[in-house]
Amino acid sequence: MNNNLKTFTKGFIKENPILVLLLGCCPTLATTTSAINGMSMGLATTFVLIMSNLSISLLKNFIPDKVRIPCFIVVIASFVTVVQLVMQAYVPDIYETLGLFIPLIVVNCIVLGRAEAFASKNSVWPSILDGAGMGLGFTASLTVLGCLREILGSGSIFGWRFLPEDTDTILVFVLAPGAFIALGYVIAIVNHLKKSK
Amino acid sequence: MKYIIIILSTILVNNVIFAQFLGICPFIGTSKKTSTAIGMGAAVIFVMTLATLVTWLTQYYILKPLKIEFLQTIAFILIIAALVQMVEIILKKISPSLYTALGVFLPLITTNCAVLGVAITVVTKEFSYGGASRILNLGESVVYAAGTAFGFALALIIFAGIREHIELMEAPKGMRGVPIALITAGILALAFMGFTGIV
Repeated sequence: MNNNLKTFTKGFIKENPILVLLLGCCPTLATTTSAINGMSMGLATTFVLIMSNLSISLLKNFIPDKVRIPCFIVVIASFVTVVQLVMQAYVPDIYETLGLFIPLIVVNCIVLGRAEAFASKNSVWPSILDGAGMGLGFTASLTVLGCLREILGSGSIFGWRFLPEDTDTILVFVLAPGAFIALGYVIAIVNHLKKSK
Repeated sequence: MKYIIIILSTILVNNVIFAQFLGICPFIGTSKKTSTAIGMGAAVIFVMTLATLVTWLTQYYILKPLKIEFLQTIAFILIIAALVQMVEIILKKISPSLYTALGVFLPLITTNCAVLGVAITVVTKEFSYGGASRILNLGESVVYAAGTAFGFALALIIFAGIREHIELMEAPKGMRGVPIALITAGILALAFMGFTGIV
């Protein structure tokens, strides 16, 4: 049980996919213009991670070693298509905003990375926990970065504006350059905290 | 004229890295040295143009007539993976010198989201280069892909040049490595924003 707990929680801080392992930077930079967008992207990725980890750990004995990467990609791409169709049907607004980055979950290094490094070697239950932990860690960092950029860039949080209407905000943070700068500072803070421990 | 507008807009105005956020992983990963950056840039130009050509044909001659467009994501990623593998085998056979230069970068390109991103963009998004907005035709799509790839190579090489100098500086401890590189990329992105409106 203790071991399972560790598998689940390592994705949050110790092996956080974005802030520590630096995987999956593209959706991180592109979809964190607001907290809601960041969170939806994170949750979509989490679903794909859990489902692909689950299927790959079930199928690992049937997949020949030489063609495992193409097999993993097909499994991941199928679940991405599921997410794509479901989001298009039930949350069309968010689907429109995230746009291209939903199909691009296929090439997100986190998903393939966990399939290769964890799910292809472990049994079903730990693989699900690993997927959930990594996915929620990813979601958490996307939400934090989204909040930060939304607060600085549009003076609101989760769509609720707390600054008076006529105040100026630092618009650059919701634009492209702000994404790089915000992520750079967040990683620097994490690095600093890790070193001073 | 139309083609010149597409090329200018993909390289400078809508730069794949600084405006569209595609291909950030190889952008950070292979930009420590200018020589690696040039190799990666060349490999991406080659694969992206070829991949877009093939996926465009697949979309309009296989997926559309059979009404199975929902398989787009799966079909495209498999085509790109197979294509990269094929290019690798062919290069090894006919041009060993080019293979040694680009070889190590080719497997990395399969998971480069810029390649899949461009392939999906050209068959789904409507553009209005010189006239009403519509989906690009084959010629325009290939030019769009080539332009995007050149934009990627340009951004990568500029960034590698700057990063070589940054390595020699004394940055605060937590800032060293990736954080300072990201902030530099942010400043470069600000510079690229200056091109907005020229097309």
